[in-house]
Amino acid sequence: MTTRVTIQTRDFNLAEEIDALRKDDRRVGAVCTFTGTVRDRNDGASVSSMELEHYPGMTEKAIEAMIDQAFARFDIFAARVIHRVGLLLPLDQVVMVAVTSAHRGESFRACEFLMDYLKTQAPFWKKEQTPDGARWVDARVGDDAALSRWGIDAGNA
Amino acid sequence: MKVSIKYFASIREAIGQGGELRETSASTLAALRDELLAASPAHAASLARGKAVRMAVNQVMSDESAHLREGCEVAFFPPVTGG
Repeated sequence: MTTRVTIQTRDFNLAEEIDALRKDDRRVGAVCTFTGTVRDRNDGASVSSMELEHYPGMTEKAIEAMIDQAFARFDIFAARVIHRVGLLLPLDQVVMVAVTSAHRGESFRACEFLMDYLKTQAPFWKKEQTPDGARWVDARVGDDAALSRWGIDAGNA
Repeated sequence: MKVSIKYFASIREAIGQGGELRETSASTLAALRDELLAASPAHAASLARGKAVRMAVNQVMSDESAHLREGCEVAFFPPVTGG
């Protein structure tokens, strides 16, 4: 089976990932992707850089389980998640989710489901550099609420 | 029995190490957390109940009722903030 989850320090190329995901699958009529990028502001402070830490092993396992859930819930053909770790700067890409399906609805929903899940259940932590020094980013209650729309209790923030 | 404990992010920084191997008789995550709370002031401060601490046993999110076994991997970390 092709790789579904990759945690890496290097950047990714969305177009190449979409090509690889579609390959020769003639059933595909829809490709939905989400890309998260680093902002230069957060919670009222300017952010000059961000360090992303994760739990090697658990991260991959957790995201694989999320993708299994997405396949169980939605009529999709393929899914791919890439998440970067290490030092990142404003404008950098952080995360991408890509999903294929026959019709747009299923891949739109699966893409959003995977991101909502990832935000509260995948073990990543962000530390950002601000003019007042470094600080760990706080989890958002709104991200828990986003996952609860899918009937899943996040219990994170 | 021996358990492998891992700490991440702000908890790793507060405790001053990424993990420790520990000999314990704790059969649940709750009992292990009690033991760790008594281990040092830094442990007590960062793992205190009422603080936002998430836990995993063998790399699966768990609550304090989770059972521990010889050689298992336990992790303590703050709420996750990826994506």
